[in-house]
Amino acid sequence: MTTQTTKTPSAPASKDGATKGLIGLPENIGRALATIGGALAVVSTFLAWTWTSAFPGDLTVYGYPGGLQVLVLIGGALTTLFGLASYGVKGLRWLTPAGADGAIKLAATGTFATTWYTVIAISDELGGVVNLEPGGFIAAAVTLAAFLGAFSLPFERPEEEHIDEDETVGERIGRIWRHIVALLKSAVFTPSPVPARKLPAFAEILVIVAAMAVGLTVFTYGIGTEYDELFVGFLITVGFLFAALSKAGLVARVSAITGRHSTITMFGAFIAAALFPFTQSDDQYATIGVYILIFATVALGLNIVVGLAGLLDLGYVAFLGVGAYTAAMVSGSPSSPFDLHLPFWLSALLGAAVAMVFGVLIGAPTLRLRGDYLAIVTLGFGEIFRITVLNMDGTSGPDITNGSNGISSIPNLDILGFDFGLEHTILGFTIGRFANYFLLMLLITLIVVVVFKRSSDSRIGRAWIAIREDETAALAMGINGFRVKLIAFALGASLAGLAGAVQAHVTYTVTPEQYQFAHVVPPNSAFLLAAVVLGGMGTIAGPLVGAALLYLIPAKLQFLGDYQLFAFGVALVLLMRFRPEGLIPNRRRQLEFHEEAEAPAVLSKTGA
Amino acid sequence: MTTDTTTVTGTTVLDARGVTMRFGGLTAVRNVDLQVNSGEIVGLIGPNGAGKTTFFNCLTGLYIPTEGEVRYKGTVLPPKSFKVTAAGIARTFQNIRLFANMTVLENVLVGRHTRTKEGLWSALLRGPGFHKAEAASRERAMELLDFVGLANKAEHLARNLPYGEQRKLEIARALASEPGLLLLDEPTAGMNPQETRATEELVFAIRDKGIAVLVIEHDMRFIFNLCDRVAVLVQGEKLIEGDSATVQGDERVIAAYLGEPFEGTPGDEEAAEVEAAEASAPSDATPGKENDR
Ligand SMILES: Nc1ncnc2c1ncn2[C@@H]1O[C@H](COP(=O)(O)OP(=O)(O)O)[C@@H](O)[C@H]1O
Ligand SMILES: [Mg+2]
Repeated sequence: MTTQTTKTPSAPASKDGATKGLIGLPENIGRALATIGGALAVVSTFLAWTWTSAFPGDLTVYGYPGGLQVLVLIGGALTTLFGLASYGVKGLRWLTPAGADGAIKLAATGTFATTWYTVIAISDELGGVVNLEPGGFIAAAVTLAAFLGAFSLPFERPEEEHIDEDETVGERIGRIWRHIVALLKSAVFTPSPVPARKLPAFAEILVIVAAMAVGLTVFTYGIGTEYDELFVGFLITVGFLFAALSKAGLVARVSAITGRHSTITMFGAFIAAALFPFTQSDDQYATIGVYILIFATVALGLNIVVGLAGLLDLGYVAFLGVGAYTAAMVSGSPSSPFDLHLPFWLSALLGAAVAMVFGVLIGAPTLRLRGDYLAIVTLGFGEIFRITVLNMDGTSGPDITNGSNGISSIPNLDILGFDFGLEHTILGFTIGRFANYFLLMLLITLIVVVVFKRSSDSRIGRAWIAIREDETAALAMGINGFRVKLIAFALGASLAGLAGAVQAHVTYTVTPEQYQFAHVVPPNSAFLLAAVVLGGMGTIAGPLVGAALLYLIPAKLQFLGDYQLFAFGVALVLLMRFRPEGLIPNRRRQLEFHEEAEAPAVLSKTGA
Repeated sequence: MTTDTTTVTGTTVLDARGVTMRFGGLTAVRNVDLQVNSGEIVGLIGPNGAGKTTFFNCLTGLYIPTEGEVRYKGTVLPPKSFKVTAAGIARTFQNIRLFANMTVLENVLVGRHTRTKEGLWSALLRGPGFHKAEAASRERAMELLDFVGLANKAEHLARNLPYGEQRKLEIARALASEPGLLLLDEPTAGMNPQETRATEELVFAIRDKGIAVLVIEHDMRFIFNLCDRVAVLVQGEKLIEGDSATVQGDERVIAAYLGEPFEGTPGDEEAAEVEAAEASAPSDATPGKENDR
């Protein structure tokens, strides 16, 4: 990494001509355009963009922004703030500890993309640009100006690849593509932020509270988006602005602080999450909330197996199914073969225990082997579970699980007289059925988070990571690989079983097709694995964020319809190409970046 | 500087008898006997592909020898590498095998695995016993890092260490399992002369802790300075074993391996050699990497 000598954005004149912007405007004009364009975009959101309310979101009024305009407003405001920070305006420098230019580019792009998406959607849906009011044109023009201005800011260009004389068309396309990727990457490149002054403890806690508040707001906004266009705009804006904030170095700052106060952060996050049902006026979004939570919790359990111990489990959802079926059978449901109605704590423990037994049964013969056997066996187990359950219907097999009808009419939980099926009024807020389960599920999530955190930071967790890193060396260091892997596998299974016990009650009915390898509705094994990989392996926040996105995107974008899985595949490929470490990189990755900044790492390239 | 030949030979620590390792038709190690006594530093030399690493793998349970028996302090070694480590033999690898994405400290902590007991429940419940054991492990690990001179890099990622320090970290990690015998597979490969000298000192210091050392090395100066006894392996068979002078003088060794007589006798001209070492690069120090364990 080159040593960053100066924080001023002026181009270092070392490589002649190598530091132009992508757009040919002079730097000072570009910077002014971006800054002023952002501000004008904010103004434009107060104008009407279209004349009819046929386009959802109330974009017809002068005086206040509505729907997508709010997103543009936020994007424009951030662009301007970053712009002003790049001028060195006092009081704004804290916004950009890693330099402002990359952040300006990303924020301007996000604003531009959201605005143009809106304008094009209006014209497309209402039949032509005639449906735009002047405000719409103004918004389009100023965000374009800001975008062009931002990309006039100079940056250090990557070196061009050597061009082979007789390259084939394929090679040529590949080379050009790589060049474009490299160019875009270096256009928004910023060095690692300079280490921060330590704030007083109360200020750091305030930062955490603020971060939690922002997180809750963004999540609540996203879950509450009422129409496809708003959700698309939301994804564009949040994606680019998050990227901008991390380029600015703010994300690293905040995560350094949350890392220092991890317990406070954890409980803060849970309080914020527990507040979510209280922000909702009806149970509609709490439903989504509780499903996300189930998905996220199971994904986090899988992260112990995959992320920490490095065991590729392709049938993980079966353990959720085992837990759910176990709890359903002892829930007093009329379609259960057992006439049992155990209290919740007992059925939850039972669900976890039975899932663990299955985990050990699957793990014991396979975990002794190295390589991909485990993936294949777990994939098989997942399907065997589903098909067995499907067949235990009294005709093809013993009458236990009721076949494809599943176990239905699972009664609502009643813990200490608190009936989960009823509405309750707490502190003046009315909490519906799904909100009740949301809060219960949150407790389970908390348990899984604590288990993850504590086990990973211990002798056993280090053994898992060691095995993931290099199994031969781990064995040579005295780790009983089989035993340690079996513990990870069984622990993961029992956590999924625990979540399954709640899931059975939330869904009223458990059926075999809820537990497939791949399916359009999460959780299923493929989506669980995707949530872990997309979010960030080995982290706590990663699978939670990954699961939320993977649940919301198909749920919100109904128009994707049959192309859902295709879009999902494309998104995953793009992500792996541009951010292989996942949305939330591991602490180890951060450390890696951190060290690069500290000392030019002399990697092990010397010698043999 | 530590003197080289303090032969306080005591009880037999390692006793390998008739160790043979065949891979299909290839006999990589043939009927090798080797003893290491407590307080000894024993060298194992031989050309590339002679079977030295394979022999190490047989000793540490990574391979199960086709024939022969390995005893550690009188008991036959179990055929699993983690049990061998628990019994008291620790090793390093010819191709460094650190846990690259773990910190330096964590690497050493992993080495403590066999000497600590805390299981999953202890980690989840976090009673006072857990915190005590964890603190003790950390303290011990920091001592070891201090011993090899890496204490100031405890929080760095292992992958970001320079090469020589990675080798040192591997030694610290192996020492963390409190071995009675340490096996070093080419500990100076790829090092510059200064680093090699430092490693020499480190090996003496390890011996002075009461740990017997068996070391594979290509750097002859290193071997003959360090070892009380040297065994030569050629094409899987032990050609000769004896003290440095005997081995260096042996014609078969010279023919098979050294190529030309090693200049000067070890010990008495050591000071001169230090200077010589500074000048000449370690010629044999970068062996092929065809086999990495
Ligand atoms: N796992 C294996 N399978 C087959 N052949 C092996 C294996 N391990 C080592 N060998 C062979 O055994 C011989 C000795 O190798 P090795 O012990 O690595 O030599 P050295 O460490 O002395 O350079 C080589 O010919 C090598 O190719
Ligand atoms: Mg070797």
